[in-house]
Amino acid sequence: MSFLHLTHPQEARRLFLGQSGLMLSGAAVALLAGREALAAKTGDGKAQDSQILNTALGAELEAIAAYQLGAESKLLQQPVLDLALSFQGHHKAHAELLAKTVEKLGGKPVVPKTAYNFPVNQLKSQEDVLRFAARLEQGAVSAYLGAVPLFGNRELSKAAASILGDEAMHWAVLRQAVGETPVPMAFVS
Amino acid sequence: MNTYHGLLLVVLAFAASAHGASDKLPGEQVYARCAACHALAYDRVGPRHCGLLGRRAGSVPSFAYSPAMKNSGLIWDEKTLDRFLAQPMKVVPGTAMTYDGIPDPKERSDLIAYLKYANDAPECRALRIPPH
Repeated sequence: MSFLHLTHPQEARRLFLGQSGLMLSGAAVALLAGREALAAKTGDGKAQDSQILNTALGAELEAIAAYQLGAESKLLQQPVLDLALSFQGHHKAHAELLAKTVEKLGGKPVVPKTAYNFPVNQLKSQEDVLRFAARLEQGAVSAYLGAVPLFGNRELSKAAASILGDEAMHWAVLRQAVGETPVPMAFVS
Repeated sequence: MNTYHGLLLVVLAFAASAHGASDKLPGEQVYARCAACHALAYDRVGPRHCGLLGRRAGSVPSFAYSPAMKNSGLIWDEKTLDRFLAQPMKVVPGTAMTYDGIPDPKERSDLIAYLKYANDAPECRALRIPPH
């Protein structure tokens, strides 16, 4: 069954969550985690690819913590809370795959920090939390955009672009939620 | 003051405020690209930016830099930042800032101007207050 044939988002989500962890992010990310030959195919750029993925992993782990902070803040009402947890789930899926790929490339994946710095004293309302999350997602879009051209392995570029697309959707939805134009420009930077 | 001078003052005040806004805003927009990893006043995936200009690269205490950045020997000023931001991984091979760079010189210049401006923002000033 294709996601294109699903008529309702809940149905898509049910199917999405029903898959194995490695299938969570679709075909492009399966390039990262599903191909055992990937590590063997990588050549000179292997160490750099691993470093790029590790930097992305660090940011994903922080995003997971940020959404956790938002979820536990008691500032988020339904359905925003479910939305935040759904986005957090995407970041968890990204992080899991990035970590596995770093290992496949012979690197050591970064682990979550014991504590993260967040501007907690500036988060006093649901809108504050959403704007904070939107800033992180915007930054993530830029970070992945800046990483895509750097990979030695073009399949990793493709997979990073797949994650970029997901982060861009998060950013757009969060902008919409705070009353801003969801997609304010034709290009991201 | 006659009407002409009054109008002139209003126009100049508007021009000054518009100039001030244009000095800050473009760089702030460029800085939004850094928000996945950086903040002004605290360390994240990347180190804090308060106090960046004039600082030796890799010198924020308690931040775990890549050996490449620690050993780069760079002092961050307008020139070194401009070079680094254009092609981070070429200027400091092995940096953990795995980012392709900002190719547009105007955007880099705006960003550096914003970083200088932001160093006097309250959140950066607060870091300079010695603990009691």
